[in-house]
Amino acid sequence: MAETKTVKRVKAHIVPKKPAPTPDEPPVLSVQNLHTSFITDSGEVRAVNGVSFDLYKGKILGVVGESGSGKSVTAYSILQILDQNGRIVEGDIVFRDKSLLSYSQKEMDAFRGNKCSIIFQDPMTSLNPVFTVGYQLREALQLHTKYKTKQQATERAVQLLEMVGVNEPDKRLRQYPFELSGGMRQRVMIAMALACEPDILIADEPTTALDVTIQAQILELMKDLQEELGMAIILVTHDLGVIATMCDEIIVMYGGRVCERGTAEDIFYRPCHEYTKGLLKSLPNTDNMKERLVPISGTPINLLNMPEGCAFCPRCENAMKICLTEQPEELLMPDGHYAACWMNVKEAMDT
Amino acid sequence: MNTVNFNSEYLVEVEDLKMYFPVKTGFFKTVPLKAVDGVSFNIRPGETLGLVGESGCGKTTVGRTLLRLYEPTGGTFRFKGEEVTAKNIGALRKEMQMVFQDPYSSLNPRMTVEDIIGEPLDVHKLYNSKEERHEKVLHLMELVGLNAEHATRYAHEFSGGQRQRIGIARSLAVDPSFIVCDEPVSALDVSIQAQVINMFEELQDKLGVTYLFIAHDLLVVHHISDRIAVMYLGRIVEIADADELNENPIHPYTLSLLSAVCVPDPVKAKANKRIILEGDVPSPLNMPSGCPFRTRCRYATEQCAQEAPSLTDRGNEHLVACWNK
Ligand SMILES: Nc1ncnc2c1ncn2[C@@H]1O[C@H](COP(=O)(O)OP(=O)(O)O)[C@@H](O)[C@H]1O
Ligand SMILES: Nc1ncnc2c1ncn2[C@@H]1O[C@H](COP(=O)(O)OP(=O)(O)O)[C@@H](O)[C@H]1O
Ligand code: SF4
Ligand SMILES: [Mg+2]
Ligand SMILES: [Mg+2]
Repeated sequence: MAETKTVKRVKAHIVPKKPAPTPDEPPVLSVQNLHTSFITDSGEVRAVNGVSFDLYKGKILGVVGESGSGKSVTAYSILQILDQNGRIVEGDIVFRDKSLLSYSQKEMDAFRGNKCSIIFQDPMTSLNPVFTVGYQLREALQLHTKYKTKQQATERAVQLLEMVGVNEPDKRLRQYPFELSGGMRQRVMIAMALACEPDILIADEPTTALDVTIQAQILELMKDLQEELGMAIILVTHDLGVIATMCDEIIVMYGGRVCERGTAEDIFYRPCHEYTKGLLKSLPNTDNMKERLVPISGTPINLLNMPEGCAFCPRCENAMKICLTEQPEELLMPDGHYAACWMNVKEAMDT
Repeated sequence: MNTVNFNSEYLVEVEDLKMYFPVKTGFFKTVPLKAVDGVSFNIRPGETLGLVGESGCGKTTVGRTLLRLYEPTGGTFRFKGEEVTAKNIGALRKEMQMVFQDPYSSLNPRMTVEDIIGEPLDVHKLYNSKEERHEKVLHLMELVGLNAEHATRYAHEFSGGQRQRIGIARSLAVDPSFIVCDEPVSALDVSIQAQVINMFEELQDKLGVTYLFIAHDLLVVHHISDRIAVMYLGRIVEIADADELNENPIHPYTLSLLSAVCVPDPVKAKANKRIILEGDVPSPLNMPSGCPFRTRCRYATEQCAQEAPSLTDRGNEHLVACWNK
């Protein structure tokens, strides 16, 4: 393998928010300056603070960040499945030129049923323990697709289970979720999510609870299905290895904000945010086995006590005065990706 | 500390260790669940042996059986050359400690950090005065990178990484020479994981402790271990120097395990040819005959179903249990 990881420095243009070169087609989904908050006894938890990204047909977008960085809340905001105390307070989510925020309850139900599915880390979140796999699959099919009779739905359910690599599908249809192994349950949940042939699949830590060999099976399955069906996938995970393996585009989140977004190569080989750089150096990788890791110091963020300036500032080794007081704007890097870090401004000014 | 005064090259010598749990399958019927089924390995003083394998393969049970939290079904464990038995384990408890995955559940939330770390000192009466206890606790806190002013705070006030440090300071209190680390960084965020991995490595440099390091993240295990043992269904299928194992894996299971790793590098990760295993791990209640891996192995032959392969040396302490590779 000739390719090696060279972390090249890229000088920033100071041109905020110029659109990056985009593919010919318009995005399937466009999240614009999303802010989502939760009202709690100890105050407003601003879980997502100005997240923007575009999702294109047939692409896998990775959302990565440590726990509490707002990945799931971003995903749940799209589907409007936030907890009772949560609300989208600013921004917009546009699906095929129409704002999801303007949808009626009925339209939103249809969106969740037909256009956009979600799978979770714990399959039991979407599977009902008291019904057989077959009952649940048939119900989803009869409700949301053209497979209306029991026989049609059963035939389709068998096809779906075969598609996601479940062996003996006829037998599985008669089983209850608890009778299946973890990997098998994950596959059944994916089959459920695919039942309505969605345009968008959101996968929230789909393999985090699985062993590596089962993870490899599920990731390969997701890639195959995405190629076969041309879905767009939003893959939410804290695992940079999974992100590197699967994604075309990546957004890196910290403290409810996007630090950096770009292609997999931009993020891994030319990171332009101090957090991303720190994260990559702190990981054991094939080329640093003999070296001490370089950790990010400090402790994870507390959303109730957010710094005024850059969210990462308290842990950043290169923090400057301005980082303490002012939030960095997202800037376009010369290679076409975006980063929100004052270092880029400093370096642009230095040269 | 930890002067080597025994006549073996190894601190830890495990031979044919077995741990079967009786499991009820009916009113009167119990069958043995073979969680660990004939495991052998050695660890040199100051060395780290990584133990990897998928959940349920018996890693935790190996650790707990070594510390006699379970009474083994069979096999021997020699520590510093002396066989560990139910009789002498009491005296050896101080020498061997265990650190757990979940820093949240293994610490008492109602105790201060000073009392959590001081408790083993109390149990083993390792001080003469209150001042000495306090000093020892502060020294331990310093070793694991905790601030002295944290001594009076409660465990629940700390984040995962800091709790893991508290847990480790506590296990170091009795000056052990051997620590079983059971998934100690698995619950931590990536940015915190590196801090704790470094702490383990630095402690070993400073104190010469020996680790059995259990984890399922193969990159983490490779980073921290001198040698690595791969387990499948209660057996060790391969054991070798960490680099050697990663560069020249031999056992078919190790091959697919390593190929399943997602490296954080898009070009390498996307070029990686995965060897996808079919199906799931069989239940340890219903072990296949012969080689435990044969039901998923693409190289399996008639012989594999007849007889279980034992570990054989392929040179340079690279041991593999396979008939056909
Ligand atoms: N119902 C809720 N009430 C209050 N805070 C919440 C609620 N749901 C999520 N949060 C907070 O939002 C933040 C982001 O959470 P989440 O998106 O789940 O993070 P992750 O990146 O781990 O998926 C966290 O700090 C979490 O505590
Ligand atoms: N106390 C116990 N009683 C019965 N079965 C057990 C007990 N502890 C572990 N097991 C079983 O032994 C096998 C190995 O478990 P464990 O050592 O925890 O695996 P690992 O740590 O590799 O995930 C599993 O099948 C598990 O269900
Ligand atoms: S002994 Fe046979 S079944 Fe077992 S790993 Fe080797 S080839 Fe495969
Ligand atoms: Mg989440
Ligand atoms: Mg375990």
